[in-house]
Amino acid sequence: MRLQTFPGGVHPHDEKHFSASAPITKAPLPAKVAIHLSQHIGSPSTPVVSVGDEVLTGQLIAEASGFVSLNQHASISGKVTAIDRFPHPCGTSSLAIQITGDGQDKWVELVDEPNFMDLPVSEMKNRIAAAGICGMGGAGFPTFVKLSPPEDKPIDTVILNGVECEPFLTSDYRLMKEKAKDIITGLKLIMKIVNARKGYIGIEANKPDVIKEMEKLLSSEANLDVVGLKLRYPQGAEKQLIYAATKRKVPAGGLPMAVGVVVQNVGTAFAVYEAIRYKKPLIERIISITGSPVAKPQNLLARIGTPFAELVEFCGGTKERVGKIISGGPMMGFALPSLDAGMGKGSSGLVLMNEKQARLNEEGNCLRCARCVDVCPMNLLPSMIAAAVKYKNLDMAVQAGLNDCMKCGSCAYVCPAQIKLVQWIDTGKIRYAEAQRAKK
Amino acid sequence: MKDKYIVSSAPHLHDKTTTKNVMWNVVIALSPALVFAVYYWGFRALLLTLLGAVSAVVTEALIQKLRRVPVTVSDGSAFLTGMLLSYNINAGAPWWMPIMGSVFAIAVGKQVFGGLGNNPVNPALLGRAFLLASWPSLMTSGWLKPKSGALSGIADPDAIAMNLKALSPKAFDLVTGATPLKVVQTLRDSSFVASINADAGEGIDLANRIFTNITEMDALKNLFWGNIGGCIGEVSAFALLLGAAYLLYKNIIEWRIPLFYIGTVFVLSFIFGPIKGAGFSPMLPFFHIFAGGLMLGAFFMATDYTTSPLTKNGRIIFAIGCGLLTVVIRFVGGYPEGVSYSILFMNVMTPLIDKLTMPKAFGRVKK
Repeated sequence: MRLQTFPGGVHPHDEKHFSASAPITKAPLPAKVAIHLSQHIGSPSTPVVSVGDEVLTGQLIAEASGFVSLNQHASISGKVTAIDRFPHPCGTSSLAIQITGDGQDKWVELVDEPNFMDLPVSEMKNRIAAAGICGMGGAGFPTFVKLSPPEDKPIDTVILNGVECEPFLTSDYRLMKEKAKDIITGLKLIMKIVNARKGYIGIEANKPDVIKEMEKLLSSEANLDVVGLKLRYPQGAEKQLIYAATKRKVPAGGLPMAVGVVVQNVGTAFAVYEAIRYKKPLIERIISITGSPVAKPQNLLARIGTPFAELVEFCGGTKERVGKIISGGPMMGFALPSLDAGMGKGSSGLVLMNEKQARLNEEGNCLRCARCVDVCPMNLLPSMIAAAVKYKNLDMAVQAGLNDCMKCGSCAYVCPAQIKLVQWIDTGKIRYAEAQRAKK
Repeated sequence: MKDKYIVSSAPHLHDKTTTKNVMWNVVIALSPALVFAVYYWGFRALLLTLLGAVSAVVTEALIQKLRRVPVTVSDGSAFLTGMLLSYNINAGAPWWMPIMGSVFAIAVGKQVFGGLGNNPVNPALLGRAFLLASWPSLMTSGWLKPKSGALSGIADPDAIAMNLKALSPKAFDLVTGATPLKVVQTLRDSSFVASINADAGEGIDLANRIFTNITEMDALKNLFWGNIGGCIGEVSAFALLLGAAYLLYKNIIEWRIPLFYIGTVFVLSFIFGPIKGAGFSPMLPFFHIFAGGLMLGAFFMATDYTTSPLTKNGRIIFAIGCGLLTVVIRFVGGYPEGVSYSILFMNVMTPLIDKLTMPKAFGRVKK
C-alpha cells in the first residue's frame, strides 16, 4: 500500500507501547459523576432535571439549547445531588450536573432496530441528535450539525479518522481492533445520511494490524477504502487528513464541506452506529489511561463524568512520582491541576508524565533557524507570529498566519530555543479577538 | 498536602534539539577542516583557531556581565563565531589577529544588537571584513605555504617553476605567493600580463600556461584536498564537505542555501568564464566552486540561521543572490574572492526577502 501524507509535520516517538496491547476493559461504575453542560463546541446544554430528581442511566438530563448544542444524559442511575461548578477536563471549571449513583445501573429502555440501515435519513439524524453525540476526537463538534450540511454544499466523500496521531493514545486503535465491523457500519450510516458515494478510513502506518484487518473487511466494498497514512504528526488534523486522502485543500477559514467532505472520528462512527441501532445515548467511551507512571496502563470503557482519579486507581495507581497530568494527548492536550476532573465526551486519553518528563525548559532567544517554518503543516511562519505577538504587532501576526494556526504544536515541539510558540500564538488569538470586539 | 502537578500549555513533548546541541554540532562539523589545516600548516593553525574561539567566548561573557543579562556562553554560539572567524585568517597571520577579529565580531557584530538571534549580519564575516579593512596587507598576502611546498596549487610545479623563474621572476612570485583565486585574478589583468615578459607574445603565452595549469585536473585535486595557499578553514573542500554532510544528516542545515549558492556559482562561472581573462578551461566551474571560501561560505556561513531568510523561497533567492555576487566580485571586482562580502550583502537583504516571500497558508488562494 502506498502511504499518503501532507507537507510539514514532525515525528514524535509514538509511545503507544504502554497501552496498545491492553484490550478494552470495563471500568467499574463510579460512585459519583459530574456531567458537564459544556463538553462540545456550541452553546451549553440546558438542565431538564433539578437537584433531588431520580435518574436512570441514559436518561436525558440536559437538552440542546440551540442548533449548535448538545443533549446530555445521565451516565449512571441515581440521584441528582448538585448543579454547580465542577472541574472540567480542559483544566478549568464549569457548570455540571452531579449524580450520586445508586450502584444499580438501571437503564432507560433501549431498542434493537432490526432494519436500522433502512430507516429514513431524518430518523437517523434525530437519533444521533437525541443521543447527544459530538466529535469524539477531542474538539467535540455536535455530530448531527456536521451531518446537516446546507443544500448548496453537496458531500461526496466521508472520511473516518482512525489516525490517532497523538503519541501515547490507543483508544481509537483498540476500538478499531475490537469493533471494526461496527465502525464500518457506522461509516455506511454516515454516508447514507450525507448521501456520499465514497468512504475512506484513514489509519496511520503504526497500526498495521488494523489496516490489514480493515482492508480485508472492505475488500468486497467497491466504494469503501482504507487510506494508509505515513507516521507523521499532525496527520489526524482534519485538513491534513482530507489532503492526504483526497488531495483536496480545504480553503483557509472554511469547513471540510467546502470541498465536499465530512470527517468523523472512528469513535464517533461507533457511537452513531449504537445510537441508530439501539437508540443508545453517548454515556460511555473508550479512554486510554497511560504514561510511564501508570502501574498498569489500560484502555477503559468508562462512563462520561467518571473522575480521572478513579480511573487511575483502577489502573493500579502510580508507580513513580507524577509531574504532569494531561487530559488528551501530549501534543494538544490540557495539563490538569489535579485528578479531580471527570472525563468528558471528548476524553480520548489521560497521559501521566513523571517529573523528569514534565520538566519545563527555559525559553531562549529565537535563532531564526526556521525549523518551525519547515514543520508547520499550515505553511505559516510561527516564529514571526510569536515575535509579532510579543511586540504587540497584531497586523504582522495576522500576516504571518495567526488566524490560520490550528495550534497543533509542531513548531513548539521542534523549537531548539524552547520558545512556547503555541502559548504566544494563543495569546495573539485572544488579543486579536479582543481587538475585533473593541472595533465593533 | 496534595501533590502538585505542573500545568503548562501544550505541546507537552519536545524533541531533543536545543540551541546548545545545534551550535556544538556545527563546531564538530567544522573540526575536520581544522585537522587538515594542522596537517598542512602545523599547530600554528590550531593555536590561531583556539585564540579566536576563546576570545569570542570571553568577550561575550564580559559583555553579558556588563549588560546584566544571563551569561549564555555555554550555548556554543560565541565559540562557533570565534572559530569561523579564525577560519577566515591566513595561517601565517600574527597571533593577535584572531583576537581582534573575535572581539569585534562579538561586541559590534552580535552583542550590540542584543545577542544571539538579533544580529543583522553574520558576526564572523563582519569580523573578517573589519580585519580586512584594518590590516589589508596582512590579510591578503604572506600566505603560508602548505606542506607540499610553494607551487602545490599548480599541476606540474617542477616544470613550471624551472621555466618561470628563468622566464619571468614576476610570474614566479605570483604563483608562489598567492592563493589560486589571486593568481587567476591577476592573470586577468592585462597590464600584469604585459609586464611579466618583455616579449608581449611570450607574456600572454606564459599567462595562458599558468592558467591552464591551475585549472587542470591535477591542480583541482590539490584544491579539493586543500594543498594550496589559503585561509585556515577554507582550504580543504573535502574536509568541509565531510562536515557539511554531517550537518545535513543531522538536519541542522537545510539543502536549499548550499545547493543554490554553489549551483549559481558553478553555472555562472561556466557562462561568464570565457568572456574575460586569460583563456578558458572547461574545468573552470569546478575550479571556482572548490577555490577560496565558497565551501565554507555556502555550508557554514550563508546557512547561519539568524541572518538567512525564514521562508523556503526566500532561502533560494538569498542563495542565488550570494552566488551571483560572488561571481561578479571574482570576475570583475577588485578582490580575488567575493564569498564573504556577498554573504554580508545578502544578510542585509534578508528582512526584505522574508517580507516579499511570505508564504501562503495551506488552503489560502492567491488574492
